[in-house]
Amino acid sequence: MNSRFKLAFVLFFPLLMATGCSVNPLNIEPWIKPYERQNFADPIMSLNRDPVSSAYMHHVYQAREGAKGAEGGGGGGCGCN
Amino acid sequence: MAAVATRKTSRMVNNLLIKHFFIVAITLSVVSIELYAAVLPEDRSDVMYHRYDGGGVVIDGPSLLVRKEVANTVSISGNYYVDNVSSASIDVETSGASEYSEKRTEYSLSADYLYDKVILSAGYTNSEENDYSADTFYVSASQDLFGDLTTFSLGYSLGNDTVMKNGNDQFEDEIERHNYRFGLSQIATANLILTLDYEIITEEGYLNNPYRSYRFVDQSNPDSYASETEVYPLTRTSDAVAMGAKYFLPYRAAVHGNYRYFTDDWDIKAHNITLGYTHPYGDRWVLDLSYRFYQQESAYFYNDLHQYRSIDEKDFRARDKELSEFSSQSIGIGASYQLNINTLTSIERSSINFQYDFIKFDYDNFSDIRSGGVAGAEPLYDFDANVFRVYFSVWY
Repeated sequence: MNSRFKLAFVLFFPLLMATGCSVNPLNIEPWIKPYERQNFADPIMSLNRDPVSSAYMHHVYQAREGAKGAEGGGGGGCGCN
Repeated sequence: MAAVATRKTSRMVNNLLIKHFFIVAITLSVVSIELYAAVLPEDRSDVMYHRYDGGGVVIDGPSLLVRKEVANTVSISGNYYVDNVSSASIDVETSGASEYSEKRTEYSLSADYLYDKVILSAGYTNSEENDYSADTFYVSASQDLFGDLTTFSLGYSLGNDTVMKNGNDQFEDEIERHNYRFGLSQIATANLILTLDYEIITEEGYLNNPYRSYRFVDQSNPDSYASETEVYPLTRTSDAVAMGAKYFLPYRAAVHGNYRYFTDDWDIKAHNITLGYTHPYGDRWVLDLSYRFYQQESAYFYNDLHQYRSIDEKDFRARDKELSEFSSQSIGIGASYQLNINTLTSIERSSINFQYDFIKFDYDNFSDIRSGGVAGAEPLYDFDANVFRVYFSVWY
């Protein structure tokens, strides 16, 4: 990605946040009520049910593929040279 | 001069990215919006044994993860991870080296702080092996928005790696890495959650493997080719965007799908798609089934057999199969069994888990030169890998 696009990306963020924050989320009526969300409390709906295993599999793939990133994880080093 | 200018531009862009990241992170943390419950991760511990066996490489070892809330607003986690490597890969065999063993040890420590409706996180990871050292720091912020239906997150990490070479004490070089992450998850219906992740990675330094060689046509050699150490660019910038969905089925099961597109300034373009199904069975079992497909195009300076030797450090040459054109397919199965040891008052639940993945790699322009033959016309390389994880998890 060229530098111009990257700069546009980072400049867009504060704008997005400013826009988002100027709208009071309290005034937005959630279209799914809290009592309708019980299925998301079920562990099988967790986006990262087994962090130790998923982190390991990301490492397995990262060490053998040219692509990396956007795996939804936090940090982590990779001595996979 | 061009290399200096490239590095200077890269640094300027990184400085701007970091500056704007912190503006946004501070905005996230100080904006007082009345939201709903952001929650810290669950207290849990996992002890895992992992094993990878494929392509002449066996890697196994333990991983221990401990996470504990230390106050109502702070959660600390630590991870100890080991890779015991025994390698006789095709790269090792064709370099003329013999099988080697080494150990990589990784320690991670992180903290999550719940402030009002925001979770601020920071962490540090250190990875050490006899010829490679990596330190990574990260910070991130996430916030629930719009009636708790949307979670927005930003993350930044800084990595500093030291590359060394066994048998050459004079060789030591560095890599600096910046990762910028953006994430969004959205509850769309009472049964459907959608995710979007975007990550920019910039790397600068010694990006190739000091042991690996490229080959080029040399008719004076009996094999018709000769080999030299690879020559890589000093910088790499990549973008990855991923979209996912997870759906709760009416009979208490879940399906999920994820697609990622990756591109970088080395001209690698990659797609991967993952599909999965989770099925509880009885009161104690949870079964998982998954499929993953990955495909990438090769880097512009990759070639299985280069026509000419590199003339200088800007005349890039690679023959790393990870930069070649290839595809892989994985099938995974998993089973989790909830144990009955929860009579101990401090334990909420516990489980024993087994997961297995079979991965098949097929290379489109990386040859298996071990069998000999006419240079450039050798059979293409492929290999299978078996990946196991067995772990015990406890929530308290």
